[in-house]
Amino acid sequence: MADGQSNTTERFLPQTGLQHLIDLLTTDGYEVIGPQLDQGAIVYDTLTSVDDLPRGWTDRQEAGTYRLEQRNDDALFGYVVGPHSWKQYLFPPLTTISTADRTDAGWEFQTPSEPPPRRAFLGVRACELAAMKVQDRVFMGGVYVDPAYQRRREAAFIVAVNCTLAAPTCFCSSMGTGPQCTQGFDLVLTETDAGFLIESGSDRGAELLEQLPTREASESERDLGKAARQQAVDQMQRSLDTAGIRDLLLTNMEHPQWEEVGKRCLSCTNCTMVCPTCFCSSVTEVADLTGDHVERQRVWDSCFNIDFSYMNGGVVRNDVRSRYRQWLTHKLASWHDQFESSGCVGCGRCITWCPVGIDLTAEVAVIRGSGSATNEMHTDVAMQGET
Amino acid sequence: MLKFASCDGCQLSLLDCEDELLAIAGAVDIAYFLEATSSVRPGPYDVALVEGSITTPHDLERVRQIRKQAGFLVTIGACATAGGIQSLKNWADHEEFMRCVYAQPEFISTLSTSTPIAAHVPVDFELRGCPISRHQLVEVLAALIAGRKPRTPTHSVCLDCKRRGTVCVEVAQGIPCLGPITQAGCEAICPAYNRGCFGCYGPAAQANCDSLVDHYQQQAVGTERLVPLLRNFNAAAPEFQAASNRVAGGDAS
Repeated sequence: MADGQSNTTERFLPQTGLQHLIDLLTTDGYEVIGPQLDQGAIVYDTLTSVDDLPRGWTDRQEAGTYRLEQRNDDALFGYVVGPHSWKQYLFPPLTTISTADRTDAGWEFQTPSEPPPRRAFLGVRACELAAMKVQDRVFMGGVYVDPAYQRRREAAFIVAVNCTLAAPTCFCSSMGTGPQCTQGFDLVLTETDAGFLIESGSDRGAELLEQLPTREASESERDLGKAARQQAVDQMQRSLDTAGIRDLLLTNMEHPQWEEVGKRCLSCTNCTMVCPTCFCSSVTEVADLTGDHVERQRVWDSCFNIDFSYMNGGVVRNDVRSRYRQWLTHKLASWHDQFESSGCVGCGRCITWCPVGIDLTAEVAVIRGSGSATNEMHTDVAMQGET
Repeated sequence: MLKFASCDGCQLSLLDCEDELLAIAGAVDIAYFLEATSSVRPGPYDVALVEGSITTPHDLERVRQIRKQAGFLVTIGACATAGGIQSLKNWADHEEFMRCVYAQPEFISTLSTSTPIAAHVPVDFELRGCPISRHQLVEVLAALIAGRKPRTPTHSVCLDCKRRGTVCVEVAQGIPCLGPITQAGCEAICPAYNRGCFGCYGPAAQANCDSLVDHYQQQAVGTERLVPLLRNFNAAAPEFQAASNRVAGGDAS
């Protein structure tokens, strides 16, 4: 796992050097996962060549809309973030946790213990590094460590790539998670027209860097990199005001805005599925018809699924209003109590991939804007109810 | 396995259970299954799997008899649980249909509507889909054999799209898709092949049809596209019916 902050000075890697990096990782036994075009989007999948990367493509994103567009250059990383996140590799959508077989001597239990896939993630953004850190606290912080996550996480080699643009849905600046990668990577790249600036952030990153055809970066090359990174900062339009957000939300649990957003929310689970930090799952025992072979399976689940809050005798969150409120207050408020950080990294995926374009930053702004008037509004509602 | 107005596709799902078929045949005693054998035995039956919708006066009589014979009645498929594609006649003049199709319509005895089994007799469990999922059918049979509650999800198709890594066709391509308001069970197959969801499994639990319809109308998806999308295999499911009527600006007859 990448652990350090950037600890070497930037070096220059010519464009042709990127294939060297992919080849070195492959030779080292890594399956390289990176961005590529598929299904009308830039997604993450296995790659072997720089030609697999989305050369010359970018993504145009708004609330509820995502479109691929051609750039007027040959940038390989000239996009922001897509519908996939690295979560799908570290915390897979379906995992068999254990199996049980009925034998003459009774039940025989087994825990699958195959070695973790050795994967290199190419093109990890700053917000995604922050998301991994959030999930590390969920799965590995504290007393109970998730061994499947831990094995996958520790095996992963991380090549981060700094954002050089921001989508209108991005708000990482206000969450303090980007757009520049500062920690949590083995290597970090900044793409410029001339080539890449590259730095290591760990010992094994430094070892790999030494084998790459780099040279010392000139001052003008470093300035190009700095300008490219600054462009992402300058393009950032959205923000989430996080000042006192925990108390703001937790003292507004009966705010009328929850009802209002509940009318628009489809409770379809898309926001939680694309969120790189959402970690909810369900565990079920799946038996074959004879009942002699049982698999305990863990699947991605969501607080927007009605069945997810089913407890003996009934459903706890039985309307859309309460499910949306649960998601937002957990993500932005009670997450602080549970994991000592926000659950949001400002990647904007939940805004883009909501089919009806619900924007959490706008919902919070409404609650904040009328925060002091909450009681007054309640009085209005009550009065309307009486008349 | 009993049948009303339907295409037999759901019954065939049982025969599609190739890997599990021998295990099923070993675990249960199949007494009546015309798609598999013409040898039938009279009831009563522990479990009746009922396919199809009620469209004739004779159906009405027969479904009551079946209910009396069945310990546990499971409806299978969109026809039996929501009236099926043939429920489109609920919006039309069925006598006109008969005149168009049959040379001597006076020999035809049919109701003006296609309705689900549960509109006429109590149903113990409903299995959705057009056709049903054979995995869910095996799950229901396994649950009944084991004496537990069948596990079939009520969440949206979207959850399954995301689990299998499918990119949202609505957000990325602007294809109208019923996935957000449709119950899972199909393994989200259509979006994986670049098509919007047709709603084969009927409305998801607490489906927010109004919000999705409003959104599509704002995206300039016309009535001529939205109404047929909602009036499909589950046209007469109450949530879809209300939504399509709202879009069309009319009422079901």
